Amino acid sequence: MLNLALRRIGGILLTLLVIISVSFAIIRLAPGGPFDQEQALSAPVRANLERAYGLDRPLGVQYVRYLGALAHGDFGPSLRQPDFSVSELIAQGLPLSATLGLAAILVAALSGICAGLAAALWRSRGADLSLAALTALCIALPSFVIGPLLALVFGVKLHWLPVAGWQDHSARYLVLPVVTLALPVAAYLARLTRASLLEVLGAPFVRSARARGLGAARVLWRHALPPALLPVVSYLGPAVAFIITGSLVVESVFGLPGTGRYLVQGAIDRDYPLVMGMVIVYGALTLLFNLCADLVCGWLDPRTRHE
Amino acid sequence: MSEQVRILPRCGWGEAKWRLLGNRLTALALLLILLIALLALLGPLVSPWGYDTLDWQHLAGPPSLTARHWFGTDRLGRDLFVRTLDGVRLSLAISLIASIMSLLIGVTFGAIAGLAGGRLDGWMMRCVDVLYSLPYLFIVIILTTLFSRGSLAALLVALAAVGWLTTARIVRALTLALRRREFIEAARATGLSGPAILLRHVVPNLLGPVAVYATLIVPQMILFETFLSFLGLGVQEPHASLGSLIYGGAQEMESAPWMLLVPALFLVVLLLCLNLIGDGLRDAFDPRER
Repeated sequence: MLNLALRRIGGILLTLLVIISVSFAIIRLAPGGPFDQEQALSAPVRANLERAYGLDRPLGVQYVRYLGALAHGDFGPSLRQPDFSVSELIAQGLPLSATLGLAAILVAALSGICAGLAAALWRSRGADLSLAALTALCIALPSFVIGPLLALVFGVKLHWLPVAGWQDHSARYLVLPVVTLALPVAAYLARLTRASLLEVLGAPFVRSARARGLGAARVLWRHALPPALLPVVSYLGPAVAFIITGSLVVESVFGLPGTGRYLVQGAIDRDYPLVMGMVIVYGALTLLFNLCADLVCGWLDPRTRHE
Repeated sequence: MSEQVRILPRCGWGEAKWRLLGNRLTALALLLILLIALLALLGPLVSPWGYDTLDWQHLAGPPSLTARHWFGTDRLGRDLFVRTLDGVRLSLAISLIASIMSLLIGVTFGAIAGLAGGRLDGWMMRCVDVLYSLPYLFIVIILTTLFSRGSLAALLVALAAVGWLTTARIVRALTLALRRREFIEAARATGLSGPAILLRHVVPNLLGPVAVYATLIVPQMILFETFLSFLGLGVQEPHASLGSLIYGGAQEMESAPWMLLVPALFLVVLLLCLNLIGDGLRDAFDPRER
């Protein structure tokens, strides 16, 4: 197990290196630069700026320097917000974004799994149909439609919750964003849980557990649930990627000062170190959650355990 | 002497067609999509306004028949009926082209990997895995920076670049199953080269399953395109995409909710219908259902 985990972590580091190299190459090939503004800078000023940030060196040298700084945990300075380093910008926004993402995952997992379990255990035509319709709707609706619609209904019309913003660190401001992020994931999880539990409940080993005279609750918790949750857990990795993507939209819709805006604005402004920093942070997070999902799967399913 | 008995075809497209149309929900979705497409093509011709005409008499005006702004206007007095339908047209066109591009890449890549097998297959699929493990948005955002802002080429390349991954996986799995079949072996024995086997024997056999998957890729592409346009990385002013219209509507929803509701409604109906059609097709072709 430990050996496997170490090997996987090595794989993750290698993948990260590939990601860093590829995005470094692409973003430098892109036309335009961080110092293109409405009013063109004079040539000497521009040259000085480029020298100050080391942008006048050959690309290979810049790449090696960047990797060297990165190894020391230094993401470099932001080119468009000169008073801040990329690490400072990320440190400002990440706590809020992480809170938002974690809350969304928890809410989605709890509500989705419970709904799926209920639908699998108490089957009726009406419940099946309404769950199918509801989940189809939630999955088809993109977050940039759900978000504004929720804000319109609960914020503008009913005045239950604030429409947007982030004041006094009040959790009230996070309710709508978390629901927006969680809804599609919850819907998908509900479907997955229902389908996989129904399949497991029909399996021979569940029948034989019942035949041995075990109670319904014990059969469910000890025998049926762990294998039924396997596909649900493996979806955790993609779900994190989905939620990170969604958080870009949700932070923009609800005006939350998280890290999402850095990626888009950085790409538009050609703020090279900022975009690279965001790609590395988000990429590492996604890979890490994929690893966690794999490890939990190994723990749930004895067949995938390696000696 | 012979009495004509109508027999439902038992295999292939014939049966699939019956199953598809027999599914009332799918048929309804198909009808709705056709209606929307027709409306998107003809609607802007009927309206007196253009997509960038400014009407100073009606700034952020609600839907009204007398002003001939059937869906209302935005803050600059541009007609939302025309802009929304224009957006639908643009979104549909972009996503169709991007779907075709990503299918072409995906089928070629997957078929080559599956047919080649061995180390080449391993490396090719490793690339797909790495790309797969990233949130697609990174790739897309970084790719859009490769072109000047708002160019359609950038959008298409970015969309195709993320769309081909799943296709490649599916096609590779199908090709692996085909590879061991006798007719491929026979083709090899007659001395046919690799590319010729690929084109003449592998690809035709992949068409059915890929066609089904293709209907599910279109709503995906619409979703990506509107998402990018929402973030301001896709279609740029003065043109409208459903995504940029929804972004504009979200800014004004307190004073002019129709600016949000109209494009949102169109997008939701479009996505739901396309998903339903894809699901219906999959069910119709799924051998387990027979």
